[in-house]
Amino acid sequence: MISTTVARRKSEFFSGVQAGITIAIGYFPVALTFGLLAEQTGLTLMETVMMSLFVFAGASQYISLSLIAAGVGVLEIILTTFIVNIRHFLMSASLNEKVEKDSSWKRALYSFGITDETFSVASIKEGTVTTSYMFGLFLISYSSWVINSGIGHVVGVNLPLVLQESMSIALYALFIGLLVPSLKKHRKVISLAAFAAIVNSLFTLTGWLSAGWSIVVATLSSSVMIEWIFTKWKLEVNQDE
Amino acid sequence: MNKEILILILGMMVVTYIPRMLPLVVLQNLTLPSFLQNVLKNVPYATLGALIIPAVFFIQEDIMFGIIGAVTAFVVAYLGANVIIVVMASIFVLCLYSLLF
Repeated sequence: MISTTVARRKSEFFSGVQAGITIAIGYFPVALTFGLLAEQTGLTLMETVMMSLFVFAGASQYISLSLIAAGVGVLEIILTTFIVNIRHFLMSASLNEKVEKDSSWKRALYSFGITDETFSVASIKEGTVTTSYMFGLFLISYSSWVINSGIGHVVGVNLPLVLQESMSIALYALFIGLLVPSLKKHRKVISLAAFAAIVNSLFTLTGWLSAGWSIVVATLSSSVMIEWIFTKWKLEVNQDE
Repeated sequence: MNKEILILILGMMVVTYIPRMLPLVVLQNLTLPSFLQNVLKNVPYATLGALIIPAVFFIQEDIMFGIIGAVTAFVVAYLGANVIIVVMASIFVLCLYSLLF
């Protein structure tokens, strides 16, 4: 009995690792470039790797480099980081509806690995997501991020320019690859994605909101509005019958 | 090691970790109203929409780069390919595009 539980956990862990390989590939050019820029900003190898190890949040790490270079104060950079990463709050709350119940410390541990990418992969997966799956998904993504940040600092980005530029599509292609199968299945998904995309474009292109807030506002308004519209519409359909 | 950078990294860690951790730990034993549960189930799809658009159009100075990459990803994914294939195909098509133009 115990051995089957272990076997099940193992296979869940490896299916998480497998699902995370795409993320690891996508992080590769982004982390390399981060390492290179960190080196150019004057961070040591140790500081660069530590930032990736402790923070593990791409966009805010990039922003922090440009703020360090501009001589902005520590508190202000931390505040900016908070705003850029506030969307993880929403993702964590959403993931709570999806993952299996487990001890708080395990959840607290793997929650460190929530990024745009790991969240997207885990929440699009069919059925309940197990703790072992989350650890597998998290570990491979995290390793790629940390190791490639270090490599970027040491050797720079030594990829051919053509490949380097082309690889900048990787994470977006991942997002599209995750979204499309669901688009085909549910009409609601199209509305959710389209509404959020329009709101986000409106706020970022006009510069009314910073990218961090814009994604939060777009996601939340779309999730609420579309839910409201679909609930109402369903009620009306039922009344017609 | 620069002490100021160390404080910065630790501060960034704390403000990034807390929003990630709180809902997963605190909400576990609460049952949310069903409307709110449904809203949270919508979040992944809305997030993906917002993560893709408009950012994908600005990955390189040439806007066609993002458009071609996104269309390739869409078509390949629509045909039912695995995400790894989707990612590889987009990179491959963009390599061809930058070599040819």
